[in-house]
Amino acid sequence: MTRTGGWLLVAGALALPLWLPSPYHLHVAIMAGIFGVLAMSLNLLLGYTGQLSLGHAAFFGIGAYTSALLTLKLDWSFWPALAAAVAVAGAAGFVIGRLALKLRGAYFVLVTISFAGVISLVSVNWIELTNGPLGLPGVPAPELGPWSLRTKTAYYYLVLAAVGLSYLVCRRLVRSRIGRALVALRENEPLAESVGVDVTHYLVLAAVVSAAMAGLGGSLYAHYTRFVSPEVFLFTYTVTMVIMVVAGGKGTLAGPLVGAVLFTALPEALRAAASWQWQMLAYGVLLVLLVFFLPRGIVPRLGVALRRPEPVTPTARR
Amino acid sequence: MLAVRDLAVRFGGVTALESVSFDVRPRSITSVIGPNGAGKTTAFNAITGYLRPTGGRITYDGVALTGLRPSAIARRGIVRTFQKTSVFPGLSVEDNVLTGLHLRGTAGFLAVLAGRRRLVAEERALSAEAATIIDFVGLDHRRREAASALPYGEQRLVELAVALAASPRVLLLDEPGAGMTGSEKTVVSGLIRRVREQGVTVLLVEHDMRMVMGISDTVIVLNGGRVIAEGAPAAIQAHPDVIRAYLGASAGSS
Amino acid sequence: MAELLQHLLNGLVLGGTYALLGIGLTLIFGLMNVVNFAHGEFYALGAYVSFAALALAGSDFFVALLVAIVAGAALGWLCEVALLRPLRNESIDTTMLVMIGVGIAMQNAELLGWGGVAKSIPHPFPTAPLVLGPVAIAPLRLFVLVLAAGLIAAAWLLIQKTKLGRAMRATFQDRDTAALMGVSIGRIHAATFAFGSGLAAAAGALLGPIFLVYPSMGDLASLKAFSVVILGGLGNLPGATLGGLLLGIAEELGAGYISSGYRDAIGFVIIILVLLFRPSGLFARQERIA
Repeated sequence: MTRTGGWLLVAGALALPLWLPSPYHLHVAIMAGIFGVLAMSLNLLLGYTGQLSLGHAAFFGIGAYTSALLTLKLDWSFWPALAAAVAVAGAAGFVIGRLALKLRGAYFVLVTISFAGVISLVSVNWIELTNGPLGLPGVPAPELGPWSLRTKTAYYYLVLAAVGLSYLVCRRLVRSRIGRALVALRENEPLAESVGVDVTHYLVLAAVVSAAMAGLGGSLYAHYTRFVSPEVFLFTYTVTMVIMVVAGGKGTLAGPLVGAVLFTALPEALRAAASWQWQMLAYGVLLVLLVFFLPRGIVPRLGVALRRPEPVTPTARR
Repeated sequence: MLAVRDLAVRFGGVTALESVSFDVRPRSITSVIGPNGAGKTTAFNAITGYLRPTGGRITYDGVALTGLRPSAIARRGIVRTFQKTSVFPGLSVEDNVLTGLHLRGTAGFLAVLAGRRRLVAEERALSAEAATIIDFVGLDHRRREAASALPYGEQRLVELAVALAASPRVLLLDEPGAGMTGSEKTVVSGLIRRVREQGVTVLLVEHDMRMVMGISDTVIVLNGGRVIAEGAPAAIQAHPDVIRAYLGASAGSS
Repeated sequence: MAELLQHLLNGLVLGGTYALLGIGLTLIFGLMNVVNFAHGEFYALGAYVSFAALALAGSDFFVALLVAIVAGAALGWLCEVALLRPLRNESIDTTMLVMIGVGIAMQNAELLGWGGVAKSIPHPFPTAPLVLGPVAIAPLRLFVLVLAAGLIAAAWLLIQKTKLGRAMRATFQDRDTAALMGVSIGRIHAATFAFGSGLAAAAGALLGPIFLVYPSMGDLASLKAFSVVILGGLGNLPGATLGGLLLGIAEELGAGYISSGYRDAIGFVIIILVLLFRPSGLFARQERIA
């Protein structure tokens, strides 16, 4: 994407609430933003480091619960709770990163999935803390100084800022020697080690950043819907993130965002035409079709079409 | 000096290396030869930390390498290539080499997030360095192409370039000439000599005797997990044990 | 003491069906290198097909079981031929994504077909438990245990004694050599997937009458099957059998003595612990040379 194109896109995103016809459309935009953060977070692991985490909803849920519990039970205000959500999710990512160090491929997937399973069961059963399956209603809306960010427009800008921040973090990481080290692990781990890439360090780093970012998404989700229940750990959330990343283009910067916008807007557009089950059925079929017909995703495909391939490589542009 | 003492490697009940000792003199080109299954690659794997030896010690300039992880060994300047072609397949030649320059960069996590100006300068310096190395192995015309799209011989050159980028003090090459044409082998031999002239110690495993005898200062012969001979190429070619090992091996395998 | 025995017996009933699930998955995983996240959906499919045959078509209990197995095997075969065969040379992640997609599609097709309400499968057995000394067991559960044991034995015989089984074992050892020796890899893969899916469907049809049948039952079944496979070691049939029994008993004991809310957590914890400390499974004699 050219520099001008990028700024136009930013300007468009900033002006979006002006031309969206209804609060409902704004709601879709907010959800797309939250999923954008989540998809970017998954992409760090899946796209760049080459490790598929199917327990990503766990980090999302940990962020959501941390934020909700701190504001509800300890009367923290939004901002420190948000920071804590990011930190706690990041810490969980650290644990998973350390645990899964020796595991690759299918085994890594199984450990992440099991981790999410355990956390989800804890959220259902630790009723004194989490209120069990009934969930935690009344999560407060965030405030910024004297202003409440209760309105959808205000929340849109909050989410947009989070998307921008996450994108920036990803971009800087990916286009640095850290990003090269992550990609090296994906491409050829023994060779990466032979030139001095410390596998432990970079795998854990990727897991922590990825989990922290998912925690950010979780906190934003909790304070937006104002309600957190064990449903945040649903496998569906993880699958949605995976589809967004795979469809958009894993290992590209723009891919997860394109995927997030597409796969938040599409189901909403189809909502009138088809029930939720039909949509989920379509999701499954779509995932299969994607693997067969668009294995690298939309963004690299567009790049080829425009004869300017978006490199999967993290070279710094000059 | 790289020193290997009483190195032993056993897999289950199979002894790959029984007790191997040798030194690699600084700035020398030393070759390890031997029939298939003699334990050459096993020795390489043990020296570079890809395999934990069952016994023995490996030191570099008196500092123990045994038990360190491969990346930590690389940080001490001992860098290897692999027997089977090993590049970062999806990356361009340039990015392969930039990745090889990993240890040359200094930027940590926070510095990267902060996006310091210093990093831009560092990236520029690394790119210049990468260009020099690509030029050195003669792949300038392939700089932007994906490594996996290159013909075999050139992929092996990419591999060499990646290893060189990691600024080795000792470079271990596992069959650098395997599968190459005669003229490609000549190019590689020339590159190895020039690398040594820059002060790098080279240790290589190679099957091509013409190449081995042409460039080595010292040849070490492994057979059955032991060193059976060590010396200058001419002496090795005349060594009765070596002749017997090779004839015996070829008689056994045919 | 009687309580402990009772838990062990219940665990055995549960474990027998887990073993069926695990055997199918371990074959598919070990032989085809496919991480089949849709495995649990074949289990759910078996339960629904048997429900349909019993409650709607009014068929015999055994016929329903047979129909379920055939349906599972047929769909498994179709899956392999249509989806996995073209991707045989792709990475393990690629086929995993496809199978996740298949799993989601199957689960939601069930949701559309049957609705979200749990169904209970009718069965012909008396409900009064048989009292055997200190323990009691419902006739249905006893029947399930016996049948699961029979199916495990049949699977074992098929693998050990038939020509197909020999070809499967050869393929598991070394795909390329097996192909050189004239084994048709395509046929073996299709047969393995059909066989594994049929066993999963059998497990679903057997456990269906004991528990309720609902569309999302496959999710947990997949994970339990994976914990059985990991417990037993990849591609290890006796391991999967023992692993299944062990998981069933561990769950019963955990639910009985710790907390029933965490029953399903036991499988997850097993996956995490075994992968961390004994990645080749509890029963592996030595590390496989990769």
